[in-house]
Amino acid sequence: MSPGSVAGRLMPREEGPLKLAVPRGALFGETLDVLDAIGVDTAELRGDSRSLVFRTDELALVTMRPSDVPTYVEAGAADLGITGKDVLSEQADRVTYELLDLRYGSCRMVLAGRRGDERLAEVERRLGAMRIATKYPRTAERYFEDAGRAAEVIEVKGSVELAPLVGLADGIVDLVDTGRTLDENDLEVRQEIFVSTARLVANRVAHKLRAAEVDDLVERLREATWK
Amino acid sequence: MTHPPIPPGTRDILADEMRELRALEDALRGAFERHGYGEVATPAIEYHEVLARGDDRGAPSAYRFFDESGELLALRSDMTVPIARLVASRFAGEEPPFRFAYLGTAFRAVRPQRGQAREFRQAGIELIGVEAPEGTAEVIEVLAAALDAAGLGRAVIGLGDADLYRQLLDELQIAGDRREAILGRLAAHDLVGLEGAVDAVDGLDPRARETLLRLPGLRGDRSVLERAHELGGDAVERATARLQATYDELVRRGVADRVQLDLGLLRDLGYYTGAIVEVYDPALGHVLGGGGRYDELVGRFGRDLPAVGFALYTERLHIAQAEEERLGKEGS
Repeated sequence: MSPGSVAGRLMPREEGPLKLAVPRGALFGETLDVLDAIGVDTAELRGDSRSLVFRTDELALVTMRPSDVPTYVEAGAADLGITGKDVLSEQADRVTYELLDLRYGSCRMVLAGRRGDERLAEVERRLGAMRIATKYPRTAERYFEDAGRAAEVIEVKGSVELAPLVGLADGIVDLVDTGRTLDENDLEVRQEIFVSTARLVANRVAHKLRAAEVDDLVERLREATWK
Repeated sequence: MTHPPIPPGTRDILADEMRELRALEDALRGAFERHGYGEVATPAIEYHEVLARGDDRGAPSAYRFFDESGELLALRSDMTVPIARLVASRFAGEEPPFRFAYLGTAFRAVRPQRGQAREFRQAGIELIGVEAPEGTAEVIEVLAAALDAAGLGRAVIGLGDADLYRQLLDELQIAGDRREAILGRLAAHDLVGLEGAVDAVDGLDPRARETLLRLPGLRGDRSVLERAHELGGDAVERATARLQATYDELVRRGVADRVQLDLGLLRDLGYYTGAIVEVYDPALGHVLGGGGRYDELVGRFGRDLPAVGFALYTERLHIAQAEEERLGKEGS
């Protein structure tokens, strides 16, 4: 018998109210609105408190960077979490249950190149591979692999739009909201890879052992976000 | 001077922990023995070709090397395949059933910076030569006893069927790429993606759609089977018949209350053929172990026998044990 991955150091889970990981950053405001809509009081989180953990009547809310949500949920340090599909796609090896599309925070993951510049197609034809800068190296690699295209993926941490401007890369894979940043940097979308929205994920054990509470929360969130 | 390193994912166990691990393993061994499962040991290294027979994906071991005469050897990645090999060779002339217990280490590849173990301890049993549902129920009864012996009275055994969803797709005549896409999303625990994959099937009637989407979320007591039948009618009734039979046998043996039926349970190993189990404790966010039926595996080594077993991750049990102890102290 050999189930799944085997972690060496594991965090024990506390009991009590379900613990929900709430993403700070772009999804923060809408996440709080949705929680308010299902009757979870988020007033305390909206203040300028430096706290990271908040207790409400029903849930314990833990705030963190969106990209940390899968880590906490996989380990069971949070029972449930909300984060973007872009994060889940990039951390696809983390084992969590993806339960619900919350439908807000919509952005597009795209392949973009310089406007009017046929360099992307040309380098692929002449040099064998495009150089692609991205903050999402695993998502980008999977995309090119599935599309059967050759690309050398270069991971950068900061403004990825810079890379094609100064010749680090021929194009970029990035998350685009309005497209204004692309526009301002003379870049244009060549291909949409997927649409990312906020998702509800659950720890594997919490999904089983607290099934009724989890299902109830899923239904209420579905009602609040699928109107 | 720098300290001499050990490979990531391996560790030294010192006396305090070892004492507790031994006590835990003794408790498990005792539970296995009381149910007629004698302990066996097999080598940590086997011929790669032999282990590969047990693994459909052709990657039975992360660690392979050559011996002095050029044979390809491998470190075992679980204990089930070596025991299937043992039965087919050392017990070739004997009458089944065979009952074995084991406590040993197995080896797995790790991904960097995930705190994963390359070498980990497992404790489990294999029952070979007894069909479902009797054999399955017997093994679950021993599993419950082992968890009790480890002091994990709150642990829950999730029970599902490895073929249930596949059978349902057969009943609904969904084949080819669509079928693979659906199974792929399910294996990734991606219920959002599952909806997309189901909606990509042309001409699916609304009731079948509802069944495919809601079945994997059904988990709980025996009412789960009734709800499934309401949802999908005869097709689901046929697909869950085997699970129902196993559950009835568990009720007869008086261990059904330790079991959570879970129609969404899937296992990632190629050799499972029917009932599958996973073990959870409320104190820990990770699965403690699992197992199931593997009625075709022993046959790959030349002896066609039905089989079922489970393995617990001893180190995880130990963490859960320590945590239950702490919660108990706080509670009192």
